[in-house]
Amino acid sequence: MRGATHAKWAACAVAVALAATACGGGADTSGGGSGDGSGIVRSSWGDPQNPIEPANTNEVQGGKVLDMIFRGLVKYDPKTGEAQNTVAEKIDTTDSQNFTVTIKDGWTFSNGEKVTAKSFVDAWNYGAHIDNKQNNSTFFSNIEGYDEVHPESGAAKAKTMSGLVVKDDKTFTVKLSEKFSLWPQTLGYQAFSPLPQAFFKDHAGWLKKPVGNGPYVIESYTKGSGMKLRKWDDYKGEDAAKNGGVDLNVYTDNNTAYTDLMAGNIDLVDDVPAKQLKNVKNDLGDRYINQPALIIQTLVFPLYDKNWGKDGMEKVRRGLSMAINREQITKQIFQDTRTPAKDWTSPALGDKGGYDPEGCGDACKYDPAQAKKLIEEGGGLPGGKVTVTSNVDTGSHRDWMDAVCNSINNALGKGAVCTVDPVGTFADFRSRTAQFKWTGPFRSGWQADYPLIQNFLQPLYYTGASSNYGKFTDKKFDDLVDRANQESDTAKAVEDFQSAQKLLGDQMPAIPLWYQNGSAGYSENVGDVALNQFSVPVYEEITVN
Amino acid sequence: MGRYVARRLLQMIPVFIGTTLLIFLMVNVLPGDPVAALWGDKPPDPAQVAQIKHDRGLDLPLWQQYLHYMWGLLQGDFGNTIAGNRPILDEITAALPVSARLAAMAWTFELVVGIALGVIAGIRRGRIIDNSVTLFTLLVISVPIFVFGLLFQLLFGNQLGWVTPTVQNSEDMAQLLMPALVLGLVGLAYVARLTRTSIAENIKADYMRTAVAKGLPRRRIVSRHLLRNSLIPVVTYLGTDIGTLMGGAVVTEGIFNVTGVGNLLFQALARREGAVIVGIVTVMVLVYLLASLLVDLLYAVLDPRIRYA
Repeated sequence: MRGATHAKWAACAVAVALAATACGGGADTSGGGSGDGSGIVRSSWGDPQNPIEPANTNEVQGGKVLDMIFRGLVKYDPKTGEAQNTVAEKIDTTDSQNFTVTIKDGWTFSNGEKVTAKSFVDAWNYGAHIDNKQNNSTFFSNIEGYDEVHPESGAAKAKTMSGLVVKDDKTFTVKLSEKFSLWPQTLGYQAFSPLPQAFFKDHAGWLKKPVGNGPYVIESYTKGSGMKLRKWDDYKGEDAAKNGGVDLNVYTDNNTAYTDLMAGNIDLVDDVPAKQLKNVKNDLGDRYINQPALIIQTLVFPLYDKNWGKDGMEKVRRGLSMAINREQITKQIFQDTRTPAKDWTSPALGDKGGYDPEGCGDACKYDPAQAKKLIEEGGGLPGGKVTVTSNVDTGSHRDWMDAVCNSINNALGKGAVCTVDPVGTFADFRSRTAQFKWTGPFRSGWQADYPLIQNFLQPLYYTGASSNYGKFTDKKFDDLVDRANQESDTAKAVEDFQSAQKLLGDQMPAIPLWYQNGSAGYSENVGDVALNQFSVPVYEEITVN
Repeated sequence: MGRYVARRLLQMIPVFIGTTLLIFLMVNVLPGDPVAALWGDKPPDPAQVAQIKHDRGLDLPLWQQYLHYMWGLLQGDFGNTIAGNRPILDEITAALPVSARLAAMAWTFELVVGIALGVIAGIRRGRIIDNSVTLFTLLVISVPIFVFGLLFQLLFGNQLGWVTPTVQNSEDMAQLLMPALVLGLVGLAYVARLTRTSIAENIKADYMRTAVAKGLPRRRIVSRHLLRNSLIPVVTYLGTDIGTLMGGAVVTEGIFNVTGVGNLLFQALARREGAVIVGIVTVMVLVYLLASLLVDLLYAVLDPRIRYA
């Protein structure tokens, strides 16, 4: 036993020595192939809770697979976020309400079926119908006839939506319930994918091994363990896979995945755990990606509360925004995995998509003197206090709330006027948010479903919108949004949304805090790794060395 | 003996009903709605939430839900998950063999190494080897299990490369070896300590002196007289530890990416999948009950003075 104890200490010393000099592992065996496009990418994955089907998958893990095995009418350019026609030849409209969709020749599903107008219309009708209980059904809610197949209560009154009409194999028309000029650009979301007839004929069989029209086909899927996808050689699209396939390995914990990346057991993790952020530069060097995603965190004011909603309080709200030192908090608490917010959208939209680095202007710049002045002009904090609230079970929420309060307290110099009210679970926090129960600013995280400025503004700040939890209402803002949705020209629509956003700067219904970044790390085995706007790796572009 | 076993088995029924009811009620008072959770951070669609709840009978009064659940359970139907609508029995039968394998390996490790260390330390009480074992077990008991997990992972997986740092394939016994060792460490320490104390006590007993005086060989004295009489507390511990190893390996399974019962339970808790939680706990309760029955029967084997009528 004595000997064993010695051996143990010796081993520890060796471990320390190794750690100091070099981190073991690195590139070793991979799934064959050397730069000839046949190598396999081994990537981390989380087991999706729902079966993989376009209108039902609403989380990122299942979304990754849909991204690989489906192509819809349009696709977002991974770099610019611009919606580009893929299966669609063109999507025409004259009035921003009636659309005619023409699809390209030559697209097929990997089982040989042709992609036709019917493939889309059937898929969308299936996704919208209440009996099919698809999580993404609301994405079809602006198509005319949605309320017949998905009524707010009771059984469906129709089987299909009246707004969708198949003209011929290549053409179908869509009638929306109201004008929405940017609608074609929302179609890159996976819920709008086409489905083969095999899906409807043998649903259970399809779920076991989904068949799509994308650059990859599913070779095998073992629930709880992983999925093997292989390049589909007959794929006709322009974005054919540059590798031989992707093996998705299930990890229950992102720390474990990171450990395996270090050991050379996988090539790619698309979520670097928070506790590794300090080492990531040493471990990976430039094989670490950290870029803003389509996610913004804000502090929403409960404008339904008289103390915060009454006239004149906009000065106080602006003042509070200016009292927050975003730069320092994102650096110290988030190790730069958040980017200080400069508007209410996200840089991932790109300038053309409507991101405006001047959108919030001075109101989002740290200026303690001005902050103090504005709050005093506005009549001071209600009751001399402000309480910031969030759930604290995930995402370092407790830490940044403390930091925000510190920043406010320091700026105002009146002692601890800002306090934190931590809520134990997200479920509890959300139900209180939905019941409009807050008396102080509360956290709101928003992830856009498609890279459109509309998705960052309308659902959150339009009067009575589904996620307008602060009950913000402004006639001018609503009018501008309405006008934007009626513009026939996309650039004009974006401009209108940007003018609407300027109004938010004056009213400050929600303080933009920071944009959340997507992160990924990869081994020396693979190259050309990039993340798209949704922080999902662009698998088809990855090359294996 | 037969009557005793029958009585014990009958006693399991109220225990079984009581625990399932308790867990069922506890899961139901947890805040959060598993159906609304299907939408993640997004606002759920109320019409669809209502539809799903109606289909699953989640809109019924709690006592009716419980009766439904128990009625299904008696027919071997554990119900379906809310997310994904998969049979819960499938999920459990996929995870259980993995956990059983891991637990069996860890348990064997505790049993063999733990008892061996305990016997050696007990016989050589007060010597350096005894002190080393005491120190070692103290270290293992006082340091949290995840520290060993991460340390072993770093040392043997990442640095030395002897094993894969995580389990890539939960069917592969070789890959499960390291997690099993880590999982068995704490139990090993307790087994060693219990054995040591018991041995140290019994070594001074009269029957030991008699055995030595009879001129029996030393090996026989230790194995037949000393060890057998000292094993009762150890067997009690080892018996109950089966259940702990099966269901309580959440941390170890997490570190080594083992998709076993602990992991399934953790995921179910995070998603408020009440039926999955109750299902797993039900199976675990059965394992515990059977293990403790086995332990009680083993007492009689170890000590003939104990009789069951």
